[in-house]
Amino acid sequence: MSTVAEERNARAPWALTAPALILFVGVLLIPLAMTVMLSFHDWGQYKGIEPVFILKNWKEIATDPYYAEMFWRTFRIAILTTLLTALFGAPEAYILNRMSGRWKSIFLLVILGPLLISVVARTLGWALLFGGNNGLVNKLLMSLGVIRSPIPFMFTETGMVVALAHVMMPFMVLSVWAALQRLDPQIENAAMSLGAGSITIIRRIIMPQIMPGVLSGAIIVFSLSASAFATPAIIGGRRLKVAATLAYDEFLNTLNWPLGAAVATLLLVALVLIVIGSNALIERRYAEVFR
Amino acid sequence: MAFLELDRVAKQFGAQTVVDDFSLAVRKGEFISFLGPSGCGKTTTLQMIAGFLDPTRGAIRLEDKDLIAIHPAKRGLGIVFQSYALFPHMTAAENVAFGLEMRNVPRTERAERVRAALAMVGLAGYEDRHPRRMSGGQQQRVALARALVIQPSVLLLDEPLSNLDAKLREEMQIELRQIQRTIGTTTILVTHDQNEAMSLSDRIVVMSQGKIEQIGSPQDTYERPASAFVSQFLGKTNDFAGTIDRTGTPAQLTAGSWSGPAPAGLNGPVTMSIRPERIGFGDAGLSARIVTRIFQGNHWLFQCESECGSAIVIRQNDGKPQPVEGEAVRLTWRPEDMSVRARTVA
Amino acid sequence: MRRNGPLALIFHTIFVIVMVAPIVVVCLVAFTPEGFLSLPTNGFSLRWFRAIGNYPEFIHAFWVSLGLGALSSFVALLFAVPAALAIARYRFRGRDALAALFLSPLMIPHVVLGIAFLRFFTSAGFGGSFAALIIAHVIIVFPFALRLTLAAATGMDRTVEMAAVSLGAGGWTLFRRVTLPLILPGVISGWALAFIQSFDDLTMTVFLAAPGTETLPVRMFLYIQDNIDPLVTSVSACVIAVTMTALILLDRFYGLDRVLAGKGDTGR
Ligand SMILES: Nc1ncnc2c1ncn2[C@@H]1O[C@H](COP(=O)(O)OP(=O)(O)O)[C@@H](O)[C@H]1O
Ligand SMILES: [Mg+2]
Repeated sequence: MSTVAEERNARAPWALTAPALILFVGVLLIPLAMTVMLSFHDWGQYKGIEPVFILKNWKEIATDPYYAEMFWRTFRIAILTTLLTALFGAPEAYILNRMSGRWKSIFLLVILGPLLISVVARTLGWALLFGGNNGLVNKLLMSLGVIRSPIPFMFTETGMVVALAHVMMPFMVLSVWAALQRLDPQIENAAMSLGAGSITIIRRIIMPQIMPGVLSGAIIVFSLSASAFATPAIIGGRRLKVAATLAYDEFLNTLNWPLGAAVATLLLVALVLIVIGSNALIERRYAEVFR
Repeated sequence: MAFLELDRVAKQFGAQTVVDDFSLAVRKGEFISFLGPSGCGKTTTLQMIAGFLDPTRGAIRLEDKDLIAIHPAKRGLGIVFQSYALFPHMTAAENVAFGLEMRNVPRTERAERVRAALAMVGLAGYEDRHPRRMSGGQQQRVALARALVIQPSVLLLDEPLSNLDAKLREEMQIELRQIQRTIGTTTILVTHDQNEAMSLSDRIVVMSQGKIEQIGSPQDTYERPASAFVSQFLGKTNDFAGTIDRTGTPAQLTAGSWSGPAPAGLNGPVTMSIRPERIGFGDAGLSARIVTRIFQGNHWLFQCESECGSAIVIRQNDGKPQPVEGEAVRLTWRPEDMSVRARTVA
Repeated sequence: MRRNGPLALIFHTIFVIVMVAPIVVVCLVAFTPEGFLSLPTNGFSLRWFRAIGNYPEFIHAFWVSLGLGALSSFVALLFAVPAALAIARYRFRGRDALAALFLSPLMIPHVVLGIAFLRFFTSAGFGGSFAALIIAHVIIVFPFALRLTLAAATGMDRTVEMAAVSLGAGGWTLFRRVTLPLILPGVISGWALAFIQSFDDLTMTVFLAAPGTETLPVRMFLYIQDNIDPLVTSVSACVIAVTMTALILLDRFYGLDRVLAGKGDTGR
């Protein structure tokens, strides 16, 4: 649609976006560029930051197995968290979608609401639930006979994954929910009238159609988990470091900013590549069917 | 003997009764339409036959077997949904093959039947297309092929043509009728379009507010509507208030200055319905004045103000001169062209 | 549509319990009468809520968070509304790239943003200041403000504006009397969502906050790092109560799934 006003004034969109553009270039792109530069600077205990161009930090990250292990841990936690959210979030979204109007909106609020509640408060809740070897979670699992002896949750990857999965769950439910909204409301009836049972309907009709939703939810959850800070910092404590908490340490405790900047840059580049790559894959896979 | 029988079926949603006292006996091979305005309970009735909704009361029988006891997946009915409900992640052929797969039809036979079904609806060569890459009409055909390939005992169509544009809709109507004639599947069509119902069906079930108003052949329901609702809903009609006087012989029916022999079984105030194309201009009859005259190509449409209220008259354009606006005329019709109902006087 | 079976309902019940458990536990522990972390088994007590009063850092941090959230969301809208109108209505070269740039803070990890802003503001000489926090928060809440405004502007019936123009309205009057009222629900929801994002942010702010400018999440985080006691649960309970109120208002006003749909798409 085009109006007279639009044709007359081709500069209007630029005038309208210019303030935001200037803001973004000035205080987003420039700082990001400065961070990348910072990762090439030198640093010493006594001399501080030296604005030279060297590969020292990058070499250290590439050669010291500590960093490889830390990045591997970061991504392992993110992958497990993603799997957990998909495994539980997708069925929940489906169940939610089948509820009748009033219950549906109540539970949608209950499940999506935590998304907006402070991550610190939510993680604190898990720290309370885990609380050492006789925390509530362990007591419950043992009384149900799921486990014999208490599992350590605090300061472990298990605890981090559980708490992160909880923090990220709304994103997955929301993403699958959105995919379910695009389904034809009669599609299950259509399959049933052709003789399909409920398992077949879920496996052959529903799953293939919500897969794009699950995958895009997975991308969101993965990238947010891999760069999560609050939950790993509180549950993981000072020893179990992931990329975000390590960068925080380098900046605010060790004060080795160039090394911290290198870790952050690497995290950013890795995530951007993974997100763009998997988006492209999904798009190619589903272009034929859904566009 | 009835093939499909609905016996005093009713459906309530909470306190709201959406379908009530619905009884219908469908013969094998028959083409039936449920016709009525939106919201009158057509889809609900169809979904009860399909098994997606359970009736609150009443029985549904197919060849004398209780259909309600059978799970919808086992009823073996073919359904075409208003939205088509095609599986978007499957090709046209995969969509059509799905029902056969569920019936464990061997692969080679399956492929052959899918091919034949798609060919029947004129989609040979579209086997590998995904639904989103097809036009509305093509999707409609895939949905039809998918429903028919399982050789259903009854084919249920819920407003299958309402998403198509007018021209395509007419083409599909003809095609649907031909396909149904060829394979002889008992068919129930839900529609709110009286032309569609009339041109396709053997019998029409006219519905209003969850109740059956009339069941009959298209001609019957059109010529002899059982209620004011039916006569209004099936095309234009003129309703005149008249009176039957049985004191003399033969008994007389009078409306204004029109009078004729009274039909049997009625007395006192009545409503007479006459289709506009059955009214002619003559020397005697209801006096009226032409208000507007509209030329519509093959016919003329007159709006008149008569002794008994406004009236519409349609005359074939036979090339002869027609009355002009403002002219005083007399409206006449043959007694057998009107349907007469008792009228309750308030 | 078929109903959920018993198995599905059991799954759902467990799922919901797990989702609310940590939040409920925090709120319960906040009411403990004991001096240590425990569920309030011996009656409820408000002692830990009263105890907040003895820690002016928390009170101060709360006001910082509130001011920061309100102000940065408002400033973000000043930039986002014109940008959203441009993107919604004009097809111009670079439009997609601009939209991607404006939404990019969603894709950049907040640690990276924290580091970048820390470096930038320290070099510029006002690291740790409230102004620096505002600018940083404007950037991170901008995508939320933009998304909801954009949705409102795209969904708006343009012929209404054309009608106003034909009646002689133009420029600022047109915007103030016709356009703005029509997109206002989106703008307000955008502000609310942006506020919540700013109010909750820890990861980026923890890099930028100095002792005088610590926000509530930062203060809570630093406190938890030292020790976890009932005080931090009562503070958390207050934060949860504030957010829940905002949430319910937002749901009534705009529909929560619609608001969040703008958020769930971050990876696209
Ligand atoms: N699941 C339902 N719950 C409550 N009311 C319904 C439901 N489905 C349909 N209705 C109501 O039943 C009436 C008939 O609906 P429907 O059978 O779809 O009409 P039609 O197909 O003739 O347009 C409508 O008033 C509709 O609002
Ligand atoms: Mg209907």
